[in-house]
Amino acid sequence: MRKKIQFNLNGKIVNVASFPDRMLLWVLRSDLELTGTKYSCGKGFCGACTVLVNNELVLSCQFPLKEAEGKKVLTIEGLKKNGKLHPLQAAFIQHNALQCGHCTPGMIMGAYALLLENPEPSARDIIDGMEGNLCRCGSYNRIIQAIQTVARAIRGGTS
Amino acid sequence: MRDDAYSFTLDRREFLKLVGGGIVVFFTTGDPSALQQRRGRGYPEDFNAYLRIGEDGRVSCFTGKIEMGQGVHTSLAQMLAEELDVPLELVDMVMGDTDLCMYDSGTFGSRSTKYFGPPLRQAAAEARAILIQLASEKLGVPKGKLRVKDGTIFVPDGSAKKVSYAELANGKRIEQHLGKKPPIKHYSKHTISGKPTDRMDSRLKVTGEAKFAGDILPAGTLHAKILRPPAHGATLKSADTSEAKKIPDIQVIQDKDVIAVLHKHPDVAETALGLIKAKFEPSGSKLDNTTIFQHLKDSAPEGNVVTEEGNIQEGKRFSTKTFEKAYYNHYVAHAPSEPHTAVVNIQGDQATVWASTQSPFRAQREVAQVLGFPQEKVRVITPFVGCGFGGKNQGNQITEAARLAKLTGKPVQVAWTRKEEFLYDTFRPAAVIDIQSGLNNANQIVFWEYHNYFAGDRSSQPFYKIPHYKVLSMGGWGGRSGGRSVHPFGVGAWRGPGSNTNVFAIESHIDIMAEGAGMDPLEFRLHNLTDERMKRVLRVAADKFGQSFSKAPSGNGYGLACTDYLGTYLATMAEVNVNQKSGEVRVERVVCAQDTGEVINPEGVRMQIEGCITMGLGYCLTEEIRFSNGRILDENFDTYEIPRFSWTPKIETVLVDNPEMPPQGCGEPAITSMGAVIANAVYDAIGNRMFTLPMTPARIKKTLS
Repeated sequence: MRKKIQFNLNGKIVNVASFPDRMLLWVLRSDLELTGTKYSCGKGFCGACTVLVNNELVLSCQFPLKEAEGKKVLTIEGLKKNGKLHPLQAAFIQHNALQCGHCTPGMIMGAYALLLENPEPSARDIIDGMEGNLCRCGSYNRIIQAIQTVARAIRGGTS
Repeated sequence: MRDDAYSFTLDRREFLKLVGGGIVVFFTTGDPSALQQRRGRGYPEDFNAYLRIGEDGRVSCFTGKIEMGQGVHTSLAQMLAEELDVPLELVDMVMGDTDLCMYDSGTFGSRSTKYFGPPLRQAAAEARAILIQLASEKLGVPKGKLRVKDGTIFVPDGSAKKVSYAELANGKRIEQHLGKKPPIKHYSKHTISGKPTDRMDSRLKVTGEAKFAGDILPAGTLHAKILRPPAHGATLKSADTSEAKKIPDIQVIQDKDVIAVLHKHPDVAETALGLIKAKFEPSGSKLDNTTIFQHLKDSAPEGNVVTEEGNIQEGKRFSTKTFEKAYYNHYVAHAPSEPHTAVVNIQGDQATVWASTQSPFRAQREVAQVLGFPQEKVRVITPFVGCGFGGKNQGNQITEAARLAKLTGKPVQVAWTRKEEFLYDTFRPAAVIDIQSGLNNANQIVFWEYHNYFAGDRSSQPFYKIPHYKVLSMGGWGGRSGGRSVHPFGVGAWRGPGSNTNVFAIESHIDIMAEGAGMDPLEFRLHNLTDERMKRVLRVAADKFGQSFSKAPSGNGYGLACTDYLGTYLATMAEVNVNQKSGEVRVERVVCAQDTGEVINPEGVRMQIEGCITMGLGYCLTEEIRFSNGRILDENFDTYEIPRFSWTPKIETVLVDNPEMPPQGCGEPAITSMGAVIANAVYDAIGNRMFTLPMTPARIKKTLS
């Protein structure tokens, strides 16, 4: 049965009337036409669909719409503030921490969740925290550097 | 491989012709036969095909190449900006659009910079020269007294006389050509090309604004999910779609061999697909991973000689030591981040296609055929492509979407699931290499006989000094030489096609001979090489590696390999740790020295080498498509393991300075040495030689017990 489900998406209230068991990924991409969040494996093995729900990392391809009800969903489109890039986005650019860019939104959202939980991660913490995100182009080392750059900025109080 | 042919749609474009000092705008009308005539080998002569200067001063660069992560979006812009003398930030790339861009056979083989770069430079140099000529006429100043900076032509005497490219071109086509092509700049004069440059597509990609094919949703788009067989060779007996039809707003299409369900939401279509009850006749294939190598050798077509010198029998007479080994490589998937996707929108007699493809012009041809449209009524637009590696040279998703768009009268998106991606991938073929070789008493290689079953020829030519050699090839990676029909599913080009297997075999065998000679592997290579360029990359890599090689197995876990990939030379060195209990290999450090000729974007080349090394670890250590009776047993990344964060070694790259040589390719070369360098390092660590890729923990453990 269809149900009207309301949640906060990138700071704005949205209403979706749909089947509550549909996965959030498709509601974002198809119903709401926010295509920054990517499909890659569909089974929670790759991290391309990573978003945050109430500040917690969620694999949106495995997360039913009904569980988003009344919560705050943050996607890659919600990171920019007043046209200014989030420090993680800027750091990914600075380190050229991407190639094809298809896994990048999931990587950045994964890193965002990691830094929320641990603002001062070691390289080991970053590897452990990001292990579920796959990058076929092989930008891992640069992504680690980008995340470290942001973590350093947080420590230095510049972010 | 066929060289890039071209066509460029010149019809109905505005021409700007300059007659004396005056300007005449005129139109030309094109006809298909003239278009056909222009379709020949090589890229167009007319610089207008490559660039357009807008009224706002921005410069559009047109190319039939596509961007899939390899970075030509940036490096081609650098080449154009350099020759034209405009700031890089003003260049907009228009890529893989069959209406706007010149014909190109596809983006593969590390060919974009190497083969498209020179004509692009030439076009920009000619455009610059003509703009100076126009400026000279307009300003009444001799050409020799004019200078160009950042798209403005000026007189460097302090006078206010100047004119911008934008004012001269005014967004129009420049119908004037030079009788003689002007020279391109010497590399020593470069200020944009050759400088480390950040990717120009990053901002779009970090904000989620970058569009991939699946992100394009024309109004009313239906997402199609298609019934697939459980195995290659399985045929449909019956299908009951009644349950699927009960889903609200679902559309079920049954047309010849295709059963598809369509819905405005892809996941709802997927749910409906799951409700179809289908019965299939099983596949007739009886092959699996354990029987494939014998099958390949039994099915091999008659070989062709790739290269030959001297006489093997005579070489054997000079040999004091002989070596005979076989090397095996399993099927490997491309596993792109973005699965094959296409959107087709038909309006009247015109079809527009957005596709994740490395070959937009091939897609155009195929869609035209399927729809019964003339080719010029099909426009393929290639958005950003989420990895390719050769896997997106082809893909039936495009023609499937076209068929369904025609049948439904709606825009249709076909986006493969990960399972479909594994089912319909054109895998890197499993292959067998047999090598026989011999050394004389001076530890020189005196003969080399190489039998290649299905890997493909690339990089199989010996680059060591060998008086007597013969390289035979039986079956290739493509459809040629009887390759495809032998395999139980599709095979095709995979980043560095042929070379990954060949370099694994060659450079493993060289290490075996080094040990037989009682020499360390670096010393043995230098002893048997006369190619100074190869010796140089080896020495540069060894300097950076900073550890000395000893006769293997030394217990250090050091390995090396070198190769020539279509003119790019490289040497890779690695340090590994092998867990003697689990058989797991941990690659600690990889150093790669690469001579790519003139480097356009050093940062881009480094990214490609790093990506090659990281991706290459997969086919070294885990990646192997498991299959049985036509069924692909690996359907996702839980069992098909690709490299992750925790695998990544410390990677150091050295770009060997060689600017006198024209730019060579760099998207593929460094991945081709990975099999050998890791196999050699594993041998150095544990004293057991791995003859089969991937070197899984189970295979390594087997050699340890």
